[in-house]
Amino acid sequence: MPDGKVLRKKAEEALKVRGTYGRDYELENYETASTDREQYESLEDIATEQRKTMTDVGVLPNAEGRSGSLIYMDNSVVHSASSDQGLELISTKEAMAKYDWLKDYAWRAVAVDKDKYTARAFLEDANGYFIRAKAGKKVEMPVQTCMMIDSNKRTQNVHNIIIVEEGASLDIITGCATSGHASESLHLGISEIYVHENGTLNFSMIHNWGKETGVRPRTGIELGKNAKFVNNYVIMKPAGSVQSYPTCYLNGEGASAKFNSIAISHPGSEIDLGSQVVMNAPHTSAEILSRSITLGGEMIARGRLVGNATDIRAHLECRSLIMSEEGRTLAIPELEAMFPDVEMTHEAAVGKIAREQVEYLMARGIDEDAAVGMIVRGFLEGSIRGLPESLRQEIDEAVNMANLGN
Amino acid sequence: MLRIEDLHAEVDGKEVLSGVSLEVPSGQTCVLFGPNGSGKSTLLHTLMGFGQYKITKGKIFFMGRDVTDLPIHERARMGMGILLQRPPNIVGLQLKDLVNAAGDGHLDIDQTAKGLQMGPFLERDVNVGFSGGEIKRSELLQLSMQEPCFLLLDEPESGVDMESIDLIGKKIHDLLYDKKGCGWEKGNRSKSALVITHTGQILNYIDADCAYVIRGGKIMCKGRPRDILRDIQEKGYGECIKCRMVKF
Repeated sequence: MPDGKVLRKKAEEALKVRGTYGRDYELENYETASTDREQYESLEDIATEQRKTMTDVGVLPNAEGRSGSLIYMDNSVVHSASSDQGLELISTKEAMAKYDWLKDYAWRAVAVDKDKYTARAFLEDANGYFIRAKAGKKVEMPVQTCMMIDSNKRTQNVHNIIIVEEGASLDIITGCATSGHASESLHLGISEIYVHENGTLNFSMIHNWGKETGVRPRTGIELGKNAKFVNNYVIMKPAGSVQSYPTCYLNGEGASAKFNSIAISHPGSEIDLGSQVVMNAPHTSAEILSRSITLGGEMIARGRLVGNATDIRAHLECRSLIMSEEGRTLAIPELEAMFPDVEMTHEAAVGKIAREQVEYLMARGIDEDAAVGMIVRGFLEGSIRGLPESLRQEIDEAVNMANLGN
Repeated sequence: MLRIEDLHAEVDGKEVLSGVSLEVPSGQTCVLFGPNGSGKSTLLHTLMGFGQYKITKGKIFFMGRDVTDLPIHERARMGMGILLQRPPNIVGLQLKDLVNAAGDGHLDIDQTAKGLQMGPFLERDVNVGFSGGEIKRSELLQLSMQEPCFLLLDEPESGVDMESIDLIGKKIHDLLYDKKGCGWEKGNRSKSALVITHTGQILNYIDADCAYVIRGGKIMCKGRPRDILRDIQEKGYGECIKCRMVKF
């Protein structure tokens, strides 16, 4: 990490820089949420309302089947525990104090002066989680984390760092949520992810923000030689304005990245989801799959693949259904290649459910609502293999709740 | 079982059925012959209630009830089942989920699929990448679970090899004939069907009771299936209709 003063100067200068995409938020209107929340020994000690908010995004309060849990409420790590020797799960601040070498990772994959949101997170000295899978260790069960905003009209500033060391493997399931009374808040989440040689990371996120919540995550990922990274992003519930565009750099030969986004945009929601993969090394591969539905809100699906080396393969697929007269959907697939010896493809499709499909199922005795539900469920999750069960459940529930046949 | 009275239907504003009247009595199988574009598939699709086909005049009675305006799924639940020639692909929906939803749960899916050599296809997306024969077997698997009492079969033998025709023919036979019962009851046909065929190969597996010839959206004649098939094969549709219309 460059000198702290240099970073601070850069951040201060970037405080007025608007985000490239998405609605602008005046940060002056938001105070920083508490950095000193009550600590919990066990997840089951957390108050009922907040515990429900957590469980709704897939967090298991008994932590059964999880190798560790970390809960970040407002701007405090209120609980962290792990049971796997191959895993380290502590707050980012603790980790920065503990490991001098971590300076080489912090603010490398995400620049402090990218925009006003990264600048604010830096200047507020954001805490977050530090997750390390130790070299050669396979962390058997997923780590669960939760980012919860529990104060209204405040910002949640997060700085997460994930390091998967050489030959290690790790699954993370993160739930991001807003408490019922904290809808008009702003989440500024910096995540820096580093997967070293032969490492594997499967990173899954479920979201349940408030109807007015602004969400501005900033994520950078670096992959070493033969590293594998899978990112699953699921947002099924109404949200205010979400704008996310993680960038993954495939720096090591043979690295691969896969981004799966599954989204529903409800009336009043602005969902702007994208992913970018920059392929800097030969024999790397990337896939971006996006499945989205607008039920009346705005849905933007971006995808960008950059071929910056020879012998690479990459595919990008954006499919979107429009199920309301009111909504708007925009698919923006982009391919950029610097070498002739690349295989890069994309496809995008936007439209409504084919009536012929619905009637085909009806001819088997299935009523119209159920037929539409089956087709939509298949559209959202069917073509993305290997989704964790909690994400599938989230999608199933959303499809049932949304009453899509009407 | 089924009675159609003076049925007129149009597709995209163009009339395709121009006054079809016919009857399929309970327990009987009737065959529908006709040249390409004569309205055969349109008739079957209209009977099932598919939205592309707009009925402008006439009535459909099924099991004594006027179903002309009934939604598709209610016709299916009354016991109408269709085998489509070109069903749509449904990406993301596994065949087993559709088959599960089509049945009421008392039949074993795996066993039924095995009998149709469809076991390996249960986890495939519906119709995606299926060959001609696989599509027919998938349709028959769905119908086997659905157990309709009236089958609308749109060219069940088209696009399949000889070996598959045998399997498909036998399964259609099984769908039509009651395997339960004993003595005089055994092997009785309990179901009815309206079957489109060009080649007549399916007639080797089912005893069809009557045949209709349709042309220009109208029923031109009725007769015994084998006789009509022979006339069509020997003289072509034009001559067959001219000759038989006198008798009709």
